[in-house]
Formats: sequence, C-alpha cells, structure tokens
Amino acid sequence: METKIHHNPITDQLLALYQEHGGEIRAQATPLVNRLRQNAMARFREHGFPSTSQESWRFTNLEPLLSTEFVFDFENRSRSMDIDKIFTCDVYDLDTFSVTLLNGWFVYKQAPLTRLPDGTIIGSLARAMEVYPDLIDRYLGRAAKMERSGLAALNTLFLQDGLFVYVPEGVVLEKPIQLINIVDSKVPVFLQPRHLVIAEKGAEATLVHCDHSLTHKVSFTNTVMELFAEPGAVIDHYKIQNKGRNSGLVTSTYIQQKQDSRVHTGIITLNGGFTKNIIEATLLQPGCRSDHSGLYLVDSNQHVDNQLYIDHAAPDCTSDQLYKGVLDDEAKAVFSGKVMVRRDAQRTLAYQNNKNLLLTDDARANTQPHLEIYADDVKCSHGATVGQLDPEAMFYLRSRGLCERTARQLMMYAFAVEIINRISIEALRQRLDHMVEKRLRGELSICDQCMLHCNSKEPTTFNIDLSQL
Amino acid sequence: MLSIRNLSVSIGGKTILNRFSLEVKEGEIHAIMGPNGTGKSTLASVIAGRELFDVDEGEIIYRGQNLLEMSPELRAREGIFLGFQYPVEIPGVSMANFMRTAINEKRKHYGLEPLTGAEFLKIMEEKKKLVEIQSALTSRSVNEGFSGGEKKKNEIFQMALLEPRLAILDETDSGLDIDALKVVANGVNKLRRKDNATVVITHYQRLLDYIVPDFVHVLFDGRIVKSGGKELAMELEEKGYDWVRREADARV
Repeated sequence: METKIHHNPITDQLLALYQEHGGEIRAQATPLVNRLRQNAMARFREHGFPSTSQESWRFTNLEPLLSTEFVFDFENRSRSMDIDKIFTCDVYDLDTFSVTLLNGWFVYKQAPLTRLPDGTIIGSLARAMEVYPDLIDRYLGRAAKMERSGLAALNTLFLQDGLFVYVPEGVVLEKPIQLINIVDSKVPVFLQPRHLVIAEKGAEATLVHCDHSLTHKVSFTNTVMELFAEPGAVIDHYKIQNKGRNSGLVTSTYIQQKQDSRVHTGIITLNGGFTKNIIEATLLQPGCRSDHSGLYLVDSNQHVDNQLYIDHAAPDCTSDQLYKGVLDDEAKAVFSGKVMVRRDAQRTLAYQNNKNLLLTDDARANTQPHLEIYADDVKCSHGATVGQLDPEAMFYLRSRGLCERTARQLMMYAFAVEIINRISIEALRQRLDHMVEKRLRGELSICDQCMLHCNSKEPTTFNIDLSQL
Repeated sequence: MLSIRNLSVSIGGKTILNRFSLEVKEGEIHAIMGPNGTGKSTLASVIAGRELFDVDEGEIIYRGQNLLEMSPELRAREGIFLGFQYPVEIPGVSMANFMRTAINEKRKHYGLEPLTGAEFLKIMEEKKKLVEIQSALTSRSVNEGFSGGEKKKNEIFQMALLEPRLAILDETDSGLDIDALKVVANGVNKLRRKDNATVVITHYQRLLDYIVPDFVHVLFDGRIVKSGGKELAMELEEKGYDWVRREADARV
C-alpha cells in the first residue's frame, strides 16, 4: 500500500502517517523495538528535521529536498524479484557475500536470512526481528543517538527492514559482506533502511556498502546503521556512493567500540547528488582504534557533507580522521569533524584532517575540524586545507611534456589515491582506483555500473518493466 | 640549435636578464657560471617556459621555432629538458607512471604508438643502469622523501628517459657529495651525442672537472660578461668572480 504525503509541515505529516500505518510498521518488530518507537516519536516530535540553524547543519539545507511530494511504502514488494537482472556489480574478482536492498527493502534471493556454518547470520533485519528477537533486543537502538538526532529518531519510528549481520565470537569472515542499496522508482520515494551489524569478541568482518540509484527521479534516503564492535573485534566498513543528481541521501552510522576493537570506515563519494554522511563513534573501553577515511569527488551542483563525532570515553584509544575532496564547477563540500576527549580518556591519540582541492572559483568547501579535550595527557592534532593544485608541481609535470589537462588529472589522482590506498580489500581497491581515475577524467557516470544504460546510446539489452518492481 | 638574442626578462618590474645573448650548437656543452642572483636560474626557467616572468625584449629561436610562443609541454616534446635546481615532490604520483605518461605524450607528438607497459619497463631498466640509480626510486612517488642527491640523480634519470635535444641543468651539482656528483656527471657524459647539446648552469667549477664544457660563460647582472673555453672555469676557481666583475666594470 502506498501513501502520499505532502510537505510542510512534513514533521506533522510523518507523525500522522505513522499513526495511520503503525500497525503494518510494527507487525514484524519485537515488542522492545516497538517500545523504542514511542521514545522515537517523542524525540522526532521534539527535534523534527535538522535545520540550518543547527551548527552541524549550517551549510546543508534539507528543505528544498523535503519539499517534494514523496511516496512511502510499508510493504516489501521486492521479495520474488531477481535482482541480478536489474543490477550487477561489476567489481570483478570481488568475491563477496552479497545482499541487496531495493528501495530500502531486503531482496530475497534465496533466503531472507542466511546462517553460515560458523554461526554467522546475514540477512534481512525484518526477518531477524522474528527469528532472533533476543539478539535484536540486545543491540538495536543502543548506539543510535536519538536524543540528539531527529533523523535517527525518525528512522527508528519507521524502521522495518535493512541489513542484519551477526558475527559470532572469534569468527573471521573471509569474504566481505556486500550490501547493494538500490533506489529505483518511478515516483519520488522516501526510504528509511535500518542496518544492524554486530561483531562479537574477536570477530572480524568487512562490509562493503554500495549506494546506487538507477532512477533519475528525486528520492530521499534516511539510513541509520548501528555497528557494534565487541572486545577485540575488527570491522572494516566501506561505503561507495555513486548516486544520481536528484537523489538525497543522509546516512547516520553509529559505532560502539569496546576494548581493543578496531573499526575503519571509508566513504568514497564518486557522485553525490545531495549526500550527508554522519559518523558517530563511541570508544567505550580502552585500547580501541577508530579510523575514518573519506574521499569525495564532486562536480556540477552536487553537495556532500561529512560529519564525524568521535567520542573518546575511555583511555588509551586512538582515532584518526582523514577526509579529502576534489570539487569542480559549483560543487559544495562540508566537513565537520569533532573529537571529544572525556576526562578519563588519558593517553588519547586523536588526529583529524580535511583537505580540499577546489578546481574552480565557484566550488566551495566549508571545513570545521574541532577538538574538545577534558583529559590532560593526550596527543591530538587537527588540520584543514582548502586550496588549488600546486603550481610548482604543475610546471614540473608540464616541463616533462605532460599537457595541462593530463598534469591536472595526475595530480588530482595523486591527491585522491591516499584514501584509496587505505582500503584493505585488494579487488575493491583496484576497482576504485580505476573508478577514481575515470571519474577525474570526467568519464564516470552514475550509469557506469548499471546495466540499464538509460542515459547512454547503448541499447538496453533486456527489458524489465520497472513499474513491476 | 638554440639562439638567444638580446633577451630581457623581468619579474615585477625588476630586470633580471638584460639583453642576454647565447648561441648553442649541436654537440656542444656550455657552462654558464656566475655568482648567486645574477639570473642563471631565470634563464633556465625562461627556456623551459615558466610563466612567472615578463619577456620585455629579444627572442629565443630553438631549431627554427619561436620558443617563447610555445607552451612548456610543447617545448618538452620538441626536446627541451630542464633539470631542476629544486625538483618538486609530488606525493601520490609514481615515478614510473609519470615517466611513462611523459614518454607517451612525446611519442604521440611525433605520431608514434604509445609504449606498452612491458616496453616501457625494459627501457626504464636500461636507463636505470645507465645513470646508476637504485630501482626502488622508480616505484616511489615523484621525489617524495628523496634525499638531495637522489633528487638530482632522478633528474638525470628523467633526462635519460626523455632523450632531450637540449638539456639545461640548473645547479644540478648543488648540495651533492662527490659520489653523487660523479653519478650525475657520468650520466650527462653518457647521454652526450653529436646531435644534442647541454647547458650546465653552476656556481662552482667542481662539476666541470667531470663534465668538460666546450664553452664557459660568466653571467653577471643578467648578461654574459665573459666567455671562454674550459680553462676559464679554472681561472674563475682560482681568482673568484670579482676578477671578472672588475674587468667588466673597466670595460664600461
């Protein structure tokens, strides 16, 4: 069943929508999750959508995007569909356990939930709430900061489906788990997938999270992911964003780290449309390592905003943020990185850096590195640069016969590759390396990985009636 | 090959080269010497095409072409090479990728097919041996973290790969110990052919013990005040630059 809502005031309409569809929305969830929704509703009522009067949203305005007439869907229509016919990931050699979300709903290929022989569970959150309620109740909602974020509250209020991953104690997943998030709709959709990833003691997992849009229609996605790294767990989480220009995406990733755990997030935004990535990591116990890298390559009027908050709540933890961006045309980038070092978090090492290359006078980068330190024995650094390509280096390259264009590309690539080199999966690194190079030559479109070729002259090789999806 | 006539160059209204003239023919090695601040590096930069300077008068004819109208990359493809006094570090750009791109751009200019990876590697190995550089350097980023000596050797290595017709080496000897100096000089000597030419810009006579010039010129206040054979360099070493200055002043 589809329901149209009008904006303005969108907050009230969403609340009304929940009243109307609460039954469907609550149907698959555990009682505890449904109780969580009560708090979510209060928090969303309180905060509403973020506005530019808030410091962390000062340069990112959701309003134009929210003025669209969106369509909601409270039922999974994708179960029986063969996703491989719509989308094939063309990262060769990337051997992954791959799952797909279509318009926020888990696509049932074989089973909605897979339990591997080692005890690992991968599948649909909706299904996991039915099959593993205890696990869900132990974690879901524990990391997301609804008290600070209207969007996290909204997502929790409406949460129905998304990715669920559970890696048991000591299990090292050999294959990365790949989540392909596809937006494909003839009408503007408002999506709120919810992901939950749990790595038990000493477990190791790698996640590759790809955001694609197959549609050129307006869409808005409000994703929340919660990531739990129990003592000694290692999680690598990569996000590849190659979205259409009309897509709006806000991702909030809440990470909770315990003793000696290691988490690395890498966000590669190749085409943004309108993107905001929020990462909040809480280092609860000593010895954690929390690394966050990002690369954004944006042009035309794309807008990308990366907001990080690393909370050093325990001693002897290390965090490192490195975000780099190349901005062309009238693209805008925002970076706000905050490191909080609490009073007990002695011997904290925290680094943060944001570097921007502006290729035109109209491109804009707003960068705000921020440290808040209450402990006295810490080593923290932050830095930010907004600049152009080094003219000395440009001349050096040209004096060897490289034309200006090639020299620029080579230098932009060099700038970007530092982030790519942090990716631990060889096949993904190589592929992204290639994609970044292509992107910097202006040859990568969002349709590149899509088989429909709707934008190109190449004929569509098969026919799918998209209205059936 | 290179004919510079009455070249006056300024930066921000300050004259640096003042009616400078120089003739370089194929097969020749010229040394340009002189104290600091007399315009030696400016000369090298103007020949290579750096756009920092205003050319107020004069011309540079290179193999029949008006050099001042050519872009830096076109000059490079036509065979001009500048060995930088301060080679730039470019993190993230690998030496191998850089040089392969440079060679292929030059080949394209002459209507040749690009080198394949294997062909390039073969040539690179040959040139490495020729200029005695360590193989590790080529897998690293351009000049990044290189020592002073490594940077200068790397310039000679690039020169070997690009096979220029006219190489301008700007203070390639500065900051080198004697071993590195020999490597650099050996490279230049091995690359010498009947149809190419080298202009060595140096402050000290020391390099000229290893690269024997056909002509030595003394640059002063933006123009050549004295020219001679290789023995002029020895004389300069012995008597210092003041001697030339006095002689030049006396003439005025």
